Amino acid sequence: MQQKTGSITRRNLGRLAGGLAATTLAAPALAQGGGALRVGLMLPFSGTFAALGENIAAAVDLHLQERGGKMGGRAIEIIRLDDESNPANAVQNVNRLLGRDKAEVLIGTVHSGVVMALVQASRERGVPLIIPNAGNVAATRSLCARTVFRSSFSNWQPAYGMGLALGKQGVKRAVWVTWDYAAGSESGEGFRDGLKAGGAELVKELKLPFPETNFQPLLAQIPDLKVDVVGAFFAGGGAVQFVRDYAASGLKDKIPLCGSGFLTEGTLGGQGAAAEGIRTALHYGDGLDNPKNKTFRDAFKQKTGREADVYAVQGYDAAQMLGIGLDGAKGDPAAEAAWAGAIEKARIDSPRGAFTLSPSHNPVQNIYLREAKGGQNVVIGIAAEALADPGTGCKMS
Amino acid sequence: MTGLLSQLLNGIQYGLLLFLISSGLTLIFGVMGVINLAHGSLFMVGAYLAFVVVRETGVLWLALPCAVLGGLALGAVLEHGLFRRFYRREHLDQVLLTFALILLFEEARSLLLGNDFHSVNVPAALDFPVPVTATFAYSAYRLVVLGICLLVAALLFLGIERTRVGSAVRAAAERPEMVELLGLDPRRIQLLVFAVGTALAMLAGALAAPLYSVYPGMGDNFLIVCFVVVVVGGVGSISGAFWGALLIGIVDTLGKAYAPSLAGLAIYLLMAAVLLWRPTGLLGSGGRLA
Repeated sequence: MQQKTGSITRRNLGRLAGGLAATTLAAPALAQGGGALRVGLMLPFSGTFAALGENIAAAVDLHLQERGGKMGGRAIEIIRLDDESNPANAVQNVNRLLGRDKAEVLIGTVHSGVVMALVQASRERGVPLIIPNAGNVAATRSLCARTVFRSSFSNWQPAYGMGLALGKQGVKRAVWVTWDYAAGSESGEGFRDGLKAGGAELVKELKLPFPETNFQPLLAQIPDLKVDVVGAFFAGGGAVQFVRDYAASGLKDKIPLCGSGFLTEGTLGGQGAAAEGIRTALHYGDGLDNPKNKTFRDAFKQKTGREADVYAVQGYDAAQMLGIGLDGAKGDPAAEAAWAGAIEKARIDSPRGAFTLSPSHNPVQNIYLREAKGGQNVVIGIAAEALADPGTGCKMS
Repeated sequence: MTGLLSQLLNGIQYGLLLFLISSGLTLIFGVMGVINLAHGSLFMVGAYLAFVVVRETGVLWLALPCAVLGGLALGAVLEHGLFRRFYRREHLDQVLLTFALILLFEEARSLLLGNDFHSVNVPAALDFPVPVTATFAYSAYRLVVLGICLLVAALLFLGIERTRVGSAVRAAAERPEMVELLGLDPRRIQLLVFAVGTALAMLAGALAAPLYSVYPGMGDNFLIVCFVVVVVGGVGSISGAFWGALLIGIVDTLGKAYAPSLAGLAIYLLMAAVLLWRPTGLLGSGGRLA
């Protein structure tokens, strides 16, 4: 291995130079709007998050269809790559999209560990990146970049909305229960900040290692904490187990459970009666009454046969943002100031309600208060209006 | 104060479940001298079995006899087909064998049932809270699991302490050379111990599925904790595994509740302390380790 990289022979060097010349020659030709623009869509199409990846991809396709397959005057070619939500292969997968598949724009992904490889590639090579889900705050805080945009949320946002709404309702003391990993702590921070802004206090954070499900030692501490409400961040199967254990511990009737929207997102079927009445906060919800949402949901259902969800909305908006950027740059992804500037100034007409982007490129959006009723997360109000992630530590060059 | 009571109950319930898994582990190690790393995978197999049975029939109670009978059969096949050939070989070979089994079980699980996290419904008749302190309740199912674990522990004690077969197993665990002197066939004892140990691990998995959900690699955490139980209790000793499991269950739960920053360490500190005080474990007689 060492020998290979260590010895650059004259022949290798020649090849390298030839390759470089070819790419620099080719670039202007593409920029003039010759061939199709290749968009790398890196998402999980297998494994735990496969359903999320499928919905995001279908919504990207839907918007592309609405635009007749063109953005910025150029035909768009979508190249799908299954990242399997595996951080170990993330860098390799990104390189495959940019190298072998010659993608000039990237959209991805769901898993917050995998997305870091995309962010890094975008920062280093100036490739436009739109993140349609992963909510790690770093992507639009310490690791923000002119070329990195997000169409979804930061982990901080929904939990902040929940905390703020509770504080305004007169809650004084709350506890946060979560897995001990980035998304859990980042949303815990949002919950704390939201409570504080609403005049309430986060008494304690209870954590257990990811993805353990022995919640009993945490639940048994709750009665002694004398809190008015319990907030939680769990997702998927862990959320199902937690909500059920919470009800079985007899706490549900005494201390209301609430949380970041993912606690009851796509899990209500498994949670059943244990979830009834749980309030959560998220940037989307069921029964959101605006014309754009209705059109989008009908079109998505017609295309896929499935009901749209928050992931489909995020995918649709990622495609909308890409379209706005490419229109602004006349189809040239290398014209960074033009395409990034266009998205920064845009008001995106989303099914969740129109939003703009914060200076660190995260949506400035309403966080809705929802209540679980009969298998749906029904929107009952707005927890935080036009909420922006603070973007702490973001320095755009 | 009531918090402490409910935490103690949590610890006992967790400990009893650990006992079901560790009893097989300690006997297999004690009698055959094999460190069965795949024991956690057998626990996982039991849990996924419960998931499939509940998905297909909706009745968890069907899963329990399936786990026990399936466990006896699987254990017998594994012992007869594989483990038997490894008793006289080095520990490293045994570790390779059992590690390979972990990979095989995980891959089979992935191919057959995917990598998703699944929850398993608690039987509807037992899906209600029962108050255990003024402020905290237990699901009826959790209490029934506690009862079943105690019942199995009692049966195991009776079997080991009061029957001829049991005394042969004890002899095999504590003084292996005695077995042949007594004119018993060690191979039948080995087959029996392995089959029963596997059945207990799979029963534990089936009981645990509604409490902890089922997910890839779920056996790994339990396996490590159960090794601690076996070492603390004393290798090859059923009563050692029982008291060790309760102790570890309570210490782990109280650690998570009252010293979360130390929670991961608490049981290992306890293990180190026990080993300094009694190098063969709480109730270990030395046996093979001596």
